[in-house]
Amino acid sequence: MTDTHQDVFDNIKGTVGEVTVENPKMRLSNVDVFYGEKQAIYDVSLDIANNEVIAMIGPSGCGKSTFLRCLNRMNDTIPTCRVSGEMSLDGEDLYGPSLDTVLLRARVGMVFQKPNPFAKSIYDNVAYGPRIHGLAGNRAELDEIVIDSLQKAGLYSEVKDRLDAPGTSLSGGQQQRLCIARTIAVSPEVILMDEPCSALDPIATARIEELIDELRRNYAIAIVTHSMQQAARVSQRTAYFHLGKLVEVGSTNHIFTNPSHELTENYITGRFG
Amino acid sequence: MDKLHLDQHISQQFNQELEDIRNKVLAMGGLVEQQVGKGLTALLESDADLGNEVATADFEVNKLEVEIDEECIHILARRQPAASDLRLIVTVIKVITDLERIGDEAEKLGRFSTELTEASKVVAYRKELRHLGELVKSMLRDALDAFARLDVDAAIKTAARDEDINAEYNTLSRLLATHLMEDPRNVSTLLKITWCARALERIGDHSVNICEYVVYLVKGRDIRHINFDQIRSEFLNKPE
Repeated sequence: MTDTHQDVFDNIKGTVGEVTVENPKMRLSNVDVFYGEKQAIYDVSLDIANNEVIAMIGPSGCGKSTFLRCLNRMNDTIPTCRVSGEMSLDGEDLYGPSLDTVLLRARVGMVFQKPNPFAKSIYDNVAYGPRIHGLAGNRAELDEIVIDSLQKAGLYSEVKDRLDAPGTSLSGGQQQRLCIARTIAVSPEVILMDEPCSALDPIATARIEELIDELRRNYAIAIVTHSMQQAARVSQRTAYFHLGKLVEVGSTNHIFTNPSHELTENYITGRFG
Repeated sequence: MDKLHLDQHISQQFNQELEDIRNKVLAMGGLVEQQVGKGLTALLESDADLGNEVATADFEVNKLEVEIDEECIHILARRQPAASDLRLIVTVIKVITDLERIGDEAEKLGRFSTELTEASKVVAYRKELRHLGELVKSMLRDALDAFARLDVDAAIKTAARDEDINAEYNTLSRLLATHLMEDPRNVSTLLKITWCARALERIGDHSVNICEYVVYLVKGRDIRHINFDQIRSEFLNKPE
């Protein structure tokens, strides 16, 4: 860390704004994350609320994606990564002995920056998760899950006549919606999105944002985005990260009209990136 | 505008755009101040030529309002400003509306002064009109100054002076009403003088609005329709 960054870092004392919500879907308290000896997240606490989109913003390297990955223990897949703190889903400890990480990642699904459909048909992309989780008793039930998920992802009408076509034959925006359908098919409770639109054109982006707004009626959604305008459009709460600390969290209206912390103000007004 | 670091964006172009808007608002404020001063002088001295000049020059004020509005819309479209930048643009849009209305009131002073050319008609009220006019000019000047310096304290203290203007206006109104009842033959003249007094009082109201926008811009707090005791206790003499 440069001297300037060190000064800024040292001056971030606690989080401005209310990190907790009533009846949270997920609660993370005093979370630290290390990559080897290097600390990436410093004592961050944040609740994820039901039926709400929370946007996580901040400059590159601030820790927002690292924190997002804590929510479904994706950091476990990184050998050098060490996570500490208290994390729960519906009050159940994410690191409790009874918690199955495979099931966790179905309940807390993730959509990535680059659409990553399987090398399978559109149908099999969506059906894969329900099959391995045993969510359908027969073909008819599986069809219902696939169609329902594609409809919820706003893709069904575009692909209903070619469900056997490869998932990779779709456009970028369609592939991302296929990935969202795949996530929805295993009945998640929380959907994590890590810059889901950064590889998409503006029209595809607008469709995904519209979908996010529809999805929040049924799911809790946490989205990491580099686009502040996107965060302003899609979220109800916004959390600003800087140098691994959670600087401020608040209603999106408040953050974008009158943020309380100077660092938040500087970031969202483009006084530094 | 350093208080809010409004000129410290990474984008120099954006800094320049905001600076340009700021300068235009101050220019519009200066023009409107001149108009009010000349309108008042024209009225008090029954100077029809000056009154015509003021009435004619109102188009410059209107032109600036349209220009600045358009630039604000361009910034909203292209920059999607947030936080203090957004509050600045919103404040500018509101301030120029009030400045344009002040310009209209000054135009009224100029226009009526061409109709009140017999000095005797105005002289009876010259002292009260001058006093009211000076209070209004001073308040407008200080409101614009508070905007230029983003001074919340000055804005609140300036807005509080509207009470004095209202008191002065009420006294003059009562005097005019009394004379109207006593001497209905001069109803036309007395009404015009009443409207001039009313125009001055309205300029005071618009200056209050400008002060309220300054508080919104700096503090992010909308203080319209809140009583002054609450505003004073919340904002005055508090450390930054």
